[in-house]
Amino acid sequence: MKSILEVQHISKEFFIGGEKEPYMALRDVLSNPIKRLKQPPKQIFKALDDVSFQVMPGESLAVVGKNGAGKSTLLKILSGITPPSSGKIICRGRIASLLEVGTGFHQELTGRENIYMNGSILGMRKAEIDKHFDAIVDFSGVDRFLDTPLKRYSSGMQLRLAFAVAAHLEPEILVIDEVLAVGDADFQKKCLGKMDEVSKSGRTILFVSHNMPAVQNLCSKGVFLEKGKMKFSGKVEEVINLYMNNVDASRNTWEVNAEKSSNVYIGKVETEVIGTQPKQKLRINTVLNVNDEFPASYLAFYIGSIDAVPLMEAIPRYEPFINFGRKGNQAISVVSEILLPPMIQGLYTLGVWLGSGHTNTLDWQKEILTFEITDSPMEGRTIDFPRHAGFIAAEAAVTNYSNT
Amino acid sequence: MEYIIERQHKFSLGLKELIRYRELFYFFAWRDIKVKYKQAALGFLWAILQPLAMMMIFTLIFSRGLRVSSEGIPYPIFALSGLIIWNIFSNGLLNSANSMVANANIIKKIYFPRLIIPMSSILTALFDFCFSLLIYIAVLIFYNHNTDWLRVLYCLPVSIVLTVMTTLGLGTFLAALNVKYRDFQYVLPFMIQFLLFVNPVLYSSKIFENGWLAWVMRLNPIANAINLSRSAFTGNAIDWMSVGLGFLVALCFLLAGVYTFRKTEAYFADLA
Repeated sequence: MKSILEVQHISKEFFIGGEKEPYMALRDVLSNPIKRLKQPPKQIFKALDDVSFQVMPGESLAVVGKNGAGKSTLLKILSGITPPSSGKIICRGRIASLLEVGTGFHQELTGRENIYMNGSILGMRKAEIDKHFDAIVDFSGVDRFLDTPLKRYSSGMQLRLAFAVAAHLEPEILVIDEVLAVGDADFQKKCLGKMDEVSKSGRTILFVSHNMPAVQNLCSKGVFLEKGKMKFSGKVEEVINLYMNNVDASRNTWEVNAEKSSNVYIGKVETEVIGTQPKQKLRINTVLNVNDEFPASYLAFYIGSIDAVPLMEAIPRYEPFINFGRKGNQAISVVSEILLPPMIQGLYTLGVWLGSGHTNTLDWQKEILTFEITDSPMEGRTIDFPRHAGFIAAEAAVTNYSNT
Repeated sequence: MEYIIERQHKFSLGLKELIRYRELFYFFAWRDIKVKYKQAALGFLWAILQPLAMMMIFTLIFSRGLRVSSEGIPYPIFALSGLIIWNIFSNGLLNSANSMVANANIIKKIYFPRLIIPMSSILTALFDFCFSLLIYIAVLIFYNHNTDWLRVLYCLPVSIVLTVMTTLGLGTFLAALNVKYRDFQYVLPFMIQFLLFVNPVLYSSKIFENGWLAWVMRLNPIANAINLSRSAFTGNAIDWMSVGLGFLVALCFLLAGVYTFRKTEAYFADLA
């Protein structure tokens, strides 16, 4: 089978430093050609650097990366809004993009008029819109306000209407960018359901989102971008792990990246998983940098899942025990051990809190480290736990069994 | 269906795409018209009232006051026959030159053939023209001036085609430049005011019978369109040589405008 989308060595360059404004005043061009010559040479910024991947028909591909990784630029090139500087893309189907829903909505027009306007901008024929009109209105749930100008809609209603129009596009390839960032939980669920339906109907989806559970639900494959370069392409689980882990699979040391002026702060943290299940321990070495006098303090550790769901808190000594000694160049090292419950294999995050009292935080570094549990939490079980099993395999026993 | 996205190297008009998206012309024009008259109590009446008011003011000042020659026809007819052409040009040019910047939020988000935007904003100007045509006919009947109706029937469409070609050429050219240099946004209203006096809207082109200004009038497509639409009442012989020159100039404008637009449109999203 031929792929529906082939991205071949795509790069996109921008000039930076030359002009402050993206558009110029004619004055600057006409006057002072000498000044223009004297300007520092423009720097080239590569928003995308040699990105290649393929998508097969019916596949849902996630594009994942931190802010500024080049995701939006990639989608803009894919939907033809801006051309690549080099490389090419072969498309074997119509692409429609939902780069921010509601594009082309006009506040003065009514809901009905906006459905037609928005639909046709998105590439629908009038006949197509007519055909889907009832379904669109039904999905959006704004039928009572259909002939009211959009400016009287709540922002939630506008969003619902916008997504409803977009959801009824019938392209072979649908590009979706951050649609789930807004809207209430109920509507988000509806949107996810609709997208799931679209992908099951055999259409190809390119999905960009920071919502990792949604990415995992919707996509089977993914690409991971970092600073314009493609770092990884493959199974979506691995892509998500990469995203969550700041690229390294497991980070067991963390150091503050610049010296701080506060009296005391967390300077370095190291972790190590020791022992075997079910008596595994997490050993944590915390180094505090001291500049000046501080109140007696203690530490707390926060363990969470890789997609930032908080799981547990551990306080090795519940009383202020870390004391100020002397000014300047003092470093305090605290080694603690946490007895871990039977945790399911996978990556977890660790955060460190330092404070002198419950409401008096001196430093709090969230999700700075990751550690991996490789042992099975259940004796005798080697097969993987599914995601819906949660994170901890609770100890359990059969206390009575009768078979009569 | 297979197509390739890459950096464009050779020039193409993209006609096939324009035809595929033809419905969008209508939708953009329809939106602009709707929005324009939506909250006005008098609504579409304004499309009639504006040229009517202009005609009355010009008649007062130029005919009663300054006693400008109107080649022997009632000045209201004289002014209106020029004004309806002039309004297509000035409104069309103003709309289309600002259209890309005004629709920047859409351009940055969704792809469609960009030429649709300046083109449909001229469609909006033509819509207003249809209303002013009603006034035009009413004035003609009111004055009962001996009108060569047959001539109106072929002169008016030709002069409209000439006007639309010129407007489209200049409009697309300015729309493309406006994305990069916002200066044109400020220059344009001033420029249009200036052009009103350069074109024989309020006076007869006969006053420049000789010299280089006469040549400017002959090469000027808008002046030609106005003279052509007027000739049905003045009974002047049509200078087809001059009309031909006007068309040639309009064609040059059109080619230059569309060429510039197509050349730069790929980067509108980066610049807007």
